[in-house]
Amino acid sequence: MVEWTDEERAAISDIFSKLDYDEVGQKCLSRCLIVYPWTQRYFGAFGNLYNAEAIMNNPLIAKHGTTVLRGLERALNNMDDIKNTYAELSVLHSEKLHVDPDNFKLLSDCLTIVIAAKMGTTFTPEYQASFQKFLSVVVSALGKQYH
Amino acid sequence: MSLSAKEKVIVKDFFAKVSSRSDEIGAEALARLIVVYPQTKSYFAHWKDLSPNGAPVRKHGITVMGGVYEAVSKIDDLAGGLLTLSELHAFMLRVDPVNFKILSHCILVVLSMMFAEEFTPQIHVAVDKFLALLALALAEKYR
Repeated sequence: MVEWTDEERAAISDIFSKLDYDEVGQKCLSRCLIVYPWTQRYFGAFGNLYNAEAIMNNPLIAKHGTTVLRGLERALNNMDDIKNTYAELSVLHSEKLHVDPDNFKLLSDCLTIVIAAKMGTTFTPEYQASFQKFLSVVVSALGKQYH
Repeated sequence: MSLSAKEKVIVKDFFAKVSSRSDEIGAEALARLIVVYPQTKSYFAHWKDLSPNGAPVRKHGITVMGGVYEAVSKIDDLAGGLLTLSELHAFMLRVDPVNFKILSHCILVVLSMMFAEEFTPQIHVAVDKFLALLALALAEKYR
């Protein structure tokens, strides 16, 4: 089981409290699709992803970004058992969506960068460390049910 | 994976734009490296002071960023231009190349923090590619 210090819990809660899920979700997912274009393979049914502008203005991508952030909120609300909280999501990503688990790390790196832009210097190294740990646990849980 | 002519211009222009704060970028990136990824401290065990805001870390961050800027100036031939640095990292420092990726991520986070408006997805992808190619050039002499 993952051990969280009080500081880590506080940092992660504080970060989430500053996030507009619609805004951050859209920015994070579109950035991932632009910076790591091979991730577009999972969004064939999402319409125009032809160039960066199209991706950034795509309403389906924006909507899905919000979905991803809501999924992360579930981990936030169940920090002492992210593995089991995400069991179903892991099966979904593996069996139905067939997402290569390496991609979870790419999206989480983009999320960190979007949050850094939003929070500026209040995204201290200690905050980044706590958030990185949170994302590592999430990514690991999402990959748990793959076989 | 290689940089297009357009991406080289993006990278050169962006790094020129932020050059007045390059010391700050380097110091902050290295501080985050050792705080967020503590295993990287293993390369600095010989320093008396490993605090993220201490003098050794800040000074070394500036050195590293100097290397990044040198690479920008040699963007048309990274492997050739960074030969000496590659030999240094391969034979003397022997930094595991996985750490280049980690440091690159920290640099991107700092750029995003300090230049939120300017660090668009389009600039992000060009800089990310550049840092990846830089890392590759640094690892050129490893084996």
